[in-house]
Amino acid sequence: MASRLLCASSMIASHLRISISQRGFSSVVLKDLKYADSHEWVKIEGNKATVGITDHAQEHLGDVVYVELPDVGRSVSQGESFGAVESVKATSDINSPVSGKVFQVNQNLSESPALVNSSPYEQGWIIKVELSDAGEVKKLMDSDKYSKFCEEEDAKH
Amino acid sequence: MIVNGFKDLGLPLMNIVKLRGTPILQQLVLEERLLRSSFENWCIINDGTNVPTIVMGMSGKPCELVELEPVVKDGIPVIKRFTGGGTVIVDESTVFVSLICNRDDVPNVQPYPRSVMAWSGSLYSHVFNGISGFQLRENDYVFGDRKFGGNAQSITRNRWIHHTSFLWDYNENNMAYLKLPSRVPQYRLERDHTDFVCRMKDYIERSVFIEKTINAVGTQFLLKELSLDEIDDSRREHLESTRLLTMDELKESLANTSRIKSIAQAV
Repeated sequence: MASRLLCASSMIASHLRISISQRGFSSVVLKDLKYADSHEWVKIEGNKATVGITDHAQEHLGDVVYVELPDVGRSVSQGESFGAVESVKATSDINSPVSGKVFQVNQNLSESPALVNSSPYEQGWIIKVELSDAGEVKKLMDSDKYSKFCEEEDAKH
Repeated sequence: MIVNGFKDLGLPLMNIVKLRGTPILQQLVLEERLLRSSFENWCIINDGTNVPTIVMGMSGKPCELVELEPVVKDGIPVIKRFTGGGTVIVDESTVFVSLICNRDDVPNVQPYPRSVMAWSGSLYSHVFNGISGFQLRENDYVFGDRKFGGNAQSITRNRWIHHTSFLWDYNENNMAYLKLPSRVPQYRLERDHTDFVCRMKDYIERSVFIEKTINAVGTQFLLKELSLDEIDDSRREHLESTRLLTMDELKESLANTSRIKSIAQAV
């Protein structure tokens, strides 16, 4: 019965382009995104990119109460901090998975920072970037690699 | 000068800086620089600060957290710090302990708030060993259900800071400068400030606390004592976010609050 349920959920997950890890609790990893080892995701559309933090990150951070957004027009570099989220008494850097120029920030996060928790891949997106080096995306992880990365990280602790 | 006499057991190095009466703004600016620009581990202990000062977290808004009228009238400094968390009023009776660590030097700690807090809670359980009722409760250090230590953190890609303000003693009049925050821990249970906090001096000697904290850190790190003058904080490539709010900003916030109140009353 359990194996049939797992099979069914895997089929649904495959249809929805979601990876479900085999751990006791699962964070969502979407198949059409790329991932940084600092737990940000990026969606590439031509020379534009949308960036946010992953479900794994928001789970571990706890309730997000504030998002520090960069100014539109600011340059970002792959691996460098561009903003921060505040949760559980901590500010945590958000690092850009790509290099380029910020052309849009998610202003909804000023009023509703919890969107990062409730909808990390959709309404909780943080910035949109015009890419300066599309080749950098090759350095990021795909969904399978990222899922494994998360499992290994959590297993160490 | 190496402080602890233990042999190097492959422990990572921690620089320890002991201050007394250093202005809290100077301490916080230094901490932000060390977090962002240093590659070393640091333990900073400031035994009291020089003047009563209000310190808000990164997202703090004065109109929501501070009684602006008396603060402006009495000229109380208000700082916005680079870490998260709530608002405190600190003075010569507050003891500060800050731990800045490389992620790789504390490998059993994930760079997330709860993991860092669990590690620090364990460290301080050694400091307060034998004192009944000490625990990390939600995000505070308490004796029983009374808070005596408030925590805050900032986490970067490869490093994190966990710093604590310990209420060695406090002036109840100073507490009146702070509003009741909208976000409070569940265990507070609608208690007002005087019923919610306690004084650390009722539980442990000040010098004993500092000595035991250094010893506890020394079980995980090889300690090296440095004076303030010996710290090289010349690398400042980062944007500094810790700052003192100007009196004009506070007055403007007060004026806006008064305006909103008047409109609300008129409606």
